[in-house]
Amino acid sequence: MRILLRYIAYDILRNRMIIAYTLFLLLMSATMFSIESNPGKGLLNLLNIVLIVVPLVSIIFSTIHYYNSYEFIELLLAQPIPRKRLAFGQFLGVGMALSLAFLIGVGIPVLLTGCSSAALSLVLTGVFLTLIFVALAMLAAVRTRDKARGIGVALLLWFYFALLYNGIVLFLLFAFSEYPLEKAVIAFVSFNPIDLGRILVMLHTDASALMGFTGAVMQQFFGSGWGVLYAVVIMLLWFGLPLWGSVRSFSRKDF
Amino acid sequence: MRIPFFILSLFLVTNLGAKTIQVAPGASIQQAIDRATAGDTVLVRAGTYYQYGIKINKSLTLLGQGKPLLDASAQGEILTISADNVVVKGFHFQRTGRTSITDWAAVKVLSAQYVQVLNNHINHSYFGIYFSDSDHCTARNNTIVGKPSEEQNTGNAIHAWKCNHLSFSDNTVKGHRDGIYLEFVTDSHIQRNFCQNNIRYGLHFMFSHNNTYSYNRFRENGAGVAVMYTRNVVMHHNHFEQNWGSAAYGLLLKDISDSKIEHNTFDNNTTGIYMEGSSRIHLAYNTLENNGWALRLQANCSDNVFEKNNFLGNTFDVATNGGTVLNRFAGNYWDQYAGYDLNRDGVGDVPYHPVSLYAMIVERIPAGLMFLHSFVVRLIEESEKIFPSLTPTELKDSSPLLKPIKR
Amino acid sequence: MIQTQNLSKHFGKLCALNNVSVNLQKGKGVSLIGPNGSGKTTFIKCLLGMVIPDSGRICFNDQPILRDSWDYRKQIGYMPQIGRYPDNMRVRQVFDLMTDLRKDSHCGPLDEELIEEFGLKNSFDKPMRTLSGGTRQKVSACLAFLFDPAVLVLDEPTAGLDPLAAEALKAKVLREQQKGKLVLMTSHILNDLEELTTDVMYLVEGDLLFFESVENILERTEETRFAKAIAKIMAQQGKISSTLQRKTIAL
Repeated sequence: MRILLRYIAYDILRNRMIIAYTLFLLLMSATMFSIESNPGKGLLNLLNIVLIVVPLVSIIFSTIHYYNSYEFIELLLAQPIPRKRLAFGQFLGVGMALSLAFLIGVGIPVLLTGCSSAALSLVLTGVFLTLIFVALAMLAAVRTRDKARGIGVALLLWFYFALLYNGIVLFLLFAFSEYPLEKAVIAFVSFNPIDLGRILVMLHTDASALMGFTGAVMQQFFGSGWGVLYAVVIMLLWFGLPLWGSVRSFSRKDF
Repeated sequence: MRIPFFILSLFLVTNLGAKTIQVAPGASIQQAIDRATAGDTVLVRAGTYYQYGIKINKSLTLLGQGKPLLDASAQGEILTISADNVVVKGFHFQRTGRTSITDWAAVKVLSAQYVQVLNNHINHSYFGIYFSDSDHCTARNNTIVGKPSEEQNTGNAIHAWKCNHLSFSDNTVKGHRDGIYLEFVTDSHIQRNFCQNNIRYGLHFMFSHNNTYSYNRFRENGAGVAVMYTRNVVMHHNHFEQNWGSAAYGLLLKDISDSKIEHNTFDNNTTGIYMEGSSRIHLAYNTLENNGWALRLQANCSDNVFEKNNFLGNTFDVATNGGTVLNRFAGNYWDQYAGYDLNRDGVGDVPYHPVSLYAMIVERIPAGLMFLHSFVVRLIEESEKIFPSLTPTELKDSSPLLKPIKR
Repeated sequence: MIQTQNLSKHFGKLCALNNVSVNLQKGKGVSLIGPNGSGKTTFIKCLLGMVIPDSGRICFNDQPILRDSWDYRKQIGYMPQIGRYPDNMRVRQVFDLMTDLRKDSHCGPLDEELIEEFGLKNSFDKPMRTLSGGTRQKVSACLAFLFDPAVLVLDEPTAGLDPLAAEALKAKVLREQQKGKLVLMTSHILNDLEELTTDVMYLVEGDLLFFESVENILERTEETRFAKAIAKIMAQQGKISSTLQRKTIAL
């Protein structure tokens, strides 16, 4: 752990991209809360940015960082430490640094303007999305040898989760609007961590509207703690499975 | 206020030769009533009375001393009043019978005038206070708490049918089918009541013209407040809050006309105001805040005027199911308005369109609600703002305010 | 010290190692030579556990190296061919990090001889990204020797070093070898490592052509110079393979 913290402090936190990312988030938070007199609305505007920018920066930065550290990882592999620990260290190093950047850039301003449950859920969502997309980046990078291709895969993944997936599902909803789709939508949402994060925040900001859904399942999902619990559990899976996959691939691959 | 009234009543009692008959626990209240003559007071001492089917057929004052408990043991109605000028004050009623044939109530007023039901506590009753064909009656300061089980097993807390000039004020009603139910009731005042957690509606009226509702609070009722088939309604300074559910409304207006809805607050409802087949309603100075849909306006509404209202933090400001617009919006404050005010007169220079394309989509595909605040929805909305094609362009506020109206 | 038995590794269709069996002993300076893509780096990476062989086994001090083994690396110092370090780390921090990493496995004093000789202390506060390729190589070399390991694996050790530093490094390797350490190195410049080499491993397309002591090779080729002897062998190999090729085509 000490080694890991040293690594983060010595290298990743001094990375220009991380510093720029932190400043960008700070700037965004400050603007959102200064132009909006209503902190609730500022929070929603910030949510829009968080849902796009956090996954993008997390996945691209982690991918680039992985390829740039390739030779150093090789050197570390020749040291007396287990591969698994190295894989976790690589993940945690980037994940913690990016989470810290997010917490400074968004968490502090958001919590300073009002420590509501909506604000907390936004911060939680941001941290989750950071870790999930770092894990996805790891998985893609560990399995792709070529740097250019790896970055391409990362961009595609982001594009898919941030934009394409919603477009497809919205199209499906149109196509099958004759059918009762309420339950299917919960399933659709579970297959995209960005959507899950959005709903986690919406449960606090737009609960009134969400209660407009018909059906007992939906009422229970949005009206009680089940929705939050469900979202958090699925988010944990979204973070755990790619991480498990990447650590597995990392410990079996040839360098 | 209370002391002069007391002195006055003493004066009346002595003057008209009226007497006071006392009832202690163990004695029959009905017998005391039978012994009394009009103008007398029957004073019931503190204690528990397992009695029911008590009938008051002369103008008496039935006064509870120290909140005596009248328990019907689920056998029938407790008090039935069929004489004018009766006053019932200071009792605790409990456990009326329940049957589907008769609407048993804790206190029922049948074809009587000027009856007053004051300062009572009623719980576990089928109906609470029931007025039928009775005018100029008052229910004030009563607390009626039901145990919400099934809708069929629970009556209304305060129920009135075919009455005029009623006054219901300062009552707290909870856990019944409808909090306050009015049918064919006219020229009445309903004020400062608090209706919470009723299974169906906090307030429900039909065919009840010329009534005024003010300073009431309706909170967390199963389906909010629903009012129907009525004209000349005045509603002001009421508070409609936290009515959640797919069929729950802060206020549902169906076939209401020539009415005024002003200075009310609607917050945290799934739908703030729902309007259907309503016309010539003036809605002004209301605040609609943090609702799912602030206003759902069905296309069969016409000639309604919405002005000087505050729309704050709602997920959707206005939703409608049609393209034609026969209502007028002017001078409201919309927090989602993104226009500008170059001449600095406090009024935005470009109109605000409160119906968003996404609201139209959700109207058709309710499941689309899951995409609220997503990037795709934002893209759709922005493109619609530039090239409006689906949203009703005529539904607009041409003079949106830049600052909210002070409440 | 290190034995390999029938070590094989394929990357897709490419055969990187084909049944390589060697026994590397203490106190030897083994040079791993062969044309580009002959499997030298793969062999080194197999020893270090960075590449997992398809078949065959490797024993380190008679203990088999399995996929999850990492303990044995306590006794190995590795100098990679290309040293790239986290851009923002300072030289001192790289050393601190590595020291931290091997703190549990290494007791006793650190071997900072090479750091002194390279004069690396002057650059200790510079960030890694500002260093020249040569200086980074110096860092790599110093790290390989820092923990006084029993085995040194040096991949192209002198490439990119200035002549002075290269000489200092060679002198260091020789000293360590004389202490009884096993040194395994690769180089594409033949005479570069002449004085350090006691044995030669010659790989071509994954096949181990020979593993002989320098004395034997000199005797066999009747040459006095190591480089010339190797060149002679390479030339013979070339002839054989080209005749082989011609024959195949003729067939």
